[in-house]
Amino acid sequence: MSNDATLHNQDLAHHGHVEHGHGNGHDGHGHDHHHETFISKYVFSMDHKMIAKQFLITGIIWAIIGAFFSVLFRLQLGYPEATFPWLESILGHWAEGGRITAEAYYALVTMHGTILVFFVLTAGLSGTFSNLLIPLQVGARDMASPFMNMLSYWFFFLASVIMMSSLFVQTGPASGGWTSYPPLSALGDASIGSKIGMDLWLVSMAIFVVSSLLGSLNYISTILNMRTKGMSMTKMPLTIWAFFFTAVLGVLSFPVLLSGFVLLLFDRHGGTSFYLSELFVQGKVLPNEGGSAILYQHLFWFLGHPEVYIIILPAMGMVSEILAVSSRKPIFGYLAMVGSIFAITVLAFLVWAHHMFVTGLNPFLGAFFVLLTLLIAVPSAIKVFNWITTIWRGNIRFTPASLFSIGFVSTFISGGLTGIWLGNSAIDIHLHDTYFVIAHFHIVMGVSAFFGMFAGIYHWFPKMYGRYMNQTLGFIHFWITLVGAYLIFWPMHYEGMAGMPRRYFDYSNWQSFNMFGGLNQFISFVVIIVFATQLLFVFNFFYSIFKGRKLTTPNPWDATTLEWTTPIHPGHGNWPGEIPEVHRWAYDYSKDGKDFIPQTVPVSPDESKH
Amino acid sequence: MSGYLAVFVVVLIFVVIFQIAKASEYVSILKGEKKSREQSNRINGFLMIVFLVLGLIGVWWCHDLLEGRMLGEPASEQGIEIDRLIKITFIITMAVFVATQILLFWFAFKYQEKEGKTAFYFPHNNKLEVIWTVIPAIVLTVLVAFGIRHWLRITSEAPKDAMIVEVTGKQFNWIVRYPGKDGQLGRKNFKNINNEDNPVGQDWADKLNEDDVIAPDLHVVVGKNVKLIIGSRDVVHDVGLPHFRLKMDAVPGIPTTLWFKPLYTTAEMKKRTGNPDFVYELSCDQMCGSGHYSMKANIIVETQEEYDKWLATQPTQYAQAHPADSKDAPPEPAKDSTATAANAADAGKKVALAETAEKH
Repeated sequence: MSNDATLHNQDLAHHGHVEHGHGNGHDGHGHDHHHETFISKYVFSMDHKMIAKQFLITGIIWAIIGAFFSVLFRLQLGYPEATFPWLESILGHWAEGGRITAEAYYALVTMHGTILVFFVLTAGLSGTFSNLLIPLQVGARDMASPFMNMLSYWFFFLASVIMMSSLFVQTGPASGGWTSYPPLSALGDASIGSKIGMDLWLVSMAIFVVSSLLGSLNYISTILNMRTKGMSMTKMPLTIWAFFFTAVLGVLSFPVLLSGFVLLLFDRHGGTSFYLSELFVQGKVLPNEGGSAILYQHLFWFLGHPEVYIIILPAMGMVSEILAVSSRKPIFGYLAMVGSIFAITVLAFLVWAHHMFVTGLNPFLGAFFVLLTLLIAVPSAIKVFNWITTIWRGNIRFTPASLFSIGFVSTFISGGLTGIWLGNSAIDIHLHDTYFVIAHFHIVMGVSAFFGMFAGIYHWFPKMYGRYMNQTLGFIHFWITLVGAYLIFWPMHYEGMAGMPRRYFDYSNWQSFNMFGGLNQFISFVVIIVFATQLLFVFNFFYSIFKGRKLTTPNPWDATTLEWTTPIHPGHGNWPGEIPEVHRWAYDYSKDGKDFIPQTVPVSPDESKH
Repeated sequence: MSGYLAVFVVVLIFVVIFQIAKASEYVSILKGEKKSREQSNRINGFLMIVFLVLGLIGVWWCHDLLEGRMLGEPASEQGIEIDRLIKITFIITMAVFVATQILLFWFAFKYQEKEGKTAFYFPHNNKLEVIWTVIPAIVLTVLVAFGIRHWLRITSEAPKDAMIVEVTGKQFNWIVRYPGKDGQLGRKNFKNINNEDNPVGQDWADKLNEDDVIAPDLHVVVGKNVKLIIGSRDVVHDVGLPHFRLKMDAVPGIPTTLWFKPLYTTAEMKKRTGNPDFVYELSCDQMCGSGHYSMKANIIVETQEEYDKWLATQPTQYAQAHPADSKDAPPEPAKDSTATAANAADAGKKVALAETAEKH
């Protein structure tokens, strides 16, 4: 890379200053940067910026795989009668004669969900941007523990390797859905995907939880302890607030998931009966008695619901930031935004059973979960109205990042509103586990979170690589993806209202659901186009790393936040000299006739108050 | 060959798009940053309004196109309630959807960057924020109140006169057990299950089992409440009744229940829908393995006479399991109860469990 020389020079140049600082302990670690080798710089790096890139690129690779899986199973759904000989050449006996088998279909669906939810939208999204932005935006030289941060990535890498290897075992990967409900996931005799593939899935996920915890603890301690002088909590950009609460959610809920997985492993191999009771499988009566299959669902959704906020909060934070920057206006209602993130975080722990309305849950208990679930719509509504007010009377510059942010608000509204349907248990009885649910969560946490992620990538790419991504490709990427996402998921609401169940391999034998054949074909066709468009983005990303237009200014978007006060290619330690001091909040755009006032500029006595 | 051709065409399209994008980047450098930003603002601002207008038309068109393809009117009293709630929620959320999307894309179009314009410094306004906290809270309270009222009614205890039918899920079909003339289901225990003659594990020591009938399809009587006692033999399944708008998981070891009143016989539905092949279907709505998608039972809604006539023609499971005995002379119960004394105790426990589940 041509940047190496510059990077090294800056490292050398700023090394002498690292030990200075304000004498308040904010920048207490001075690393020795003289002996950076390829291994220490690109592989076992302890620089948060490099770790962010590692998370991002690993996430992109997973995203391609996960999305490609969806193309494969959409082929089956759209064209159940057709044969695709090339499928047999890549999947072998899993697609004999060019038609995916039911077993392969369920494996693809399961891995699609697992990969996208955990490996892409958790590790790839929060892992990337928490790592990149927390030290840069709070004004720290690195994370509280760079070593733990490195471990966080490498645990994620290990989890990735194990999950990837499960794709190649003879009995195939896990295929009981990304939620892996027992007894299906506990009994190898019940499903081919519950054999060794399920063990690998559980081990991979357990390691993934470790990775997530190491990262989250680091994010929390960095935000609480390592803010630069003047950066009080209320001066932090909303991105940081979002990452902070995301990490809190992860720390409090992932351990519960881990315990659920450990119990499942015991049931699989230790002869225990945590989840198993009164079973007759493959002609045999099993000895297990007294367990509860529902217990697993409680443990799973105690993480599973906060997980959707772990996915969406970072996107919300980045969108808030980007909308303010591109509208040249302060984010509207900063404190309300922080308050609503906090409210969402608290409520996130109190709504998990809305995934379980039809498990035979006590109806009285169900009523409380209805109330708490719909309550979450209030802070979400506040956020939406505040975003809309932020762009009102702004002076919006359309960049790919701002387009994706506007797209995020649009899809978050669309998907959020259908949450009001599903959170109401009486309606959920009919819509539970239908395509309505698929439409709802794909729009609200799939498409939205991806839009947030794309916005973040386009916006902070210059900080990561000192170059721009190609704008025109970004515009094409945005418009096709936005239109495509609505074309794919909007009609699914109607399939769901007709009761069409999700996770069906083939609908042709069902009187009640086979009237959507043409629609399914249309959806699959759009899926292929949208997938190809994402490849265009991936190409743009990698091409721009090496050949993108170079930055000529350290602050390309005229933004106020601290990351843009670093050099174009910041070294390990971020600021060559002292860490700047912060004097104001992050949103002084168009104030007193000035386009923007960076956070580092002292408040002058004649400035108007807000 | 056509595969390679397709790949070639796609790559070609990619190259063309890329070249255009690359060229536009050079042009923008030549024109200067300001000029090119003006141009891209104009184009994207215009597309915002185009997307808004076409999108709203598309939403209307999609509704128009697909509404008729849904299941039609609900076939149970419970379904009518649920559909009413869906309708209210649909109207409210659709209104919010249209209003907010119009604001979002209209503002994006209207407030695009223009020469000489400055943004309005507007960091907060407590009055506005209180308004859009309180109004959603009130609307949601109304929805919650409606929802919980329907929910508690639908999940309430089944009326005393409801007929009882047991539905058991297994990979990958449903087993339906009818209580027979006595109206009561006999005890069962999973340890008695075998695929030859005892699919749900009936305890033959229990006399109530002697007239129980097992069938693959669900027969219910029109206008009469029916209570399903739902269970599973292996993994979690889910009894999905799309036409009746109801659903309940089938969990091994934990019996669940569901009750409803069917409103139209299958024959009536054939006329109502104008579809001579119409059939009520029972789907599995919880991922249960590779055959999940084929786990179907038919539901036959019929009149009381038809139902009685049908039930009378069905052999009891007991008779099938004991071909040597005549129907009139069942074996001495003592023989069985000694053999399965332990099981009987277990079964007793299970009935108690079933009763607690029913109370929910």
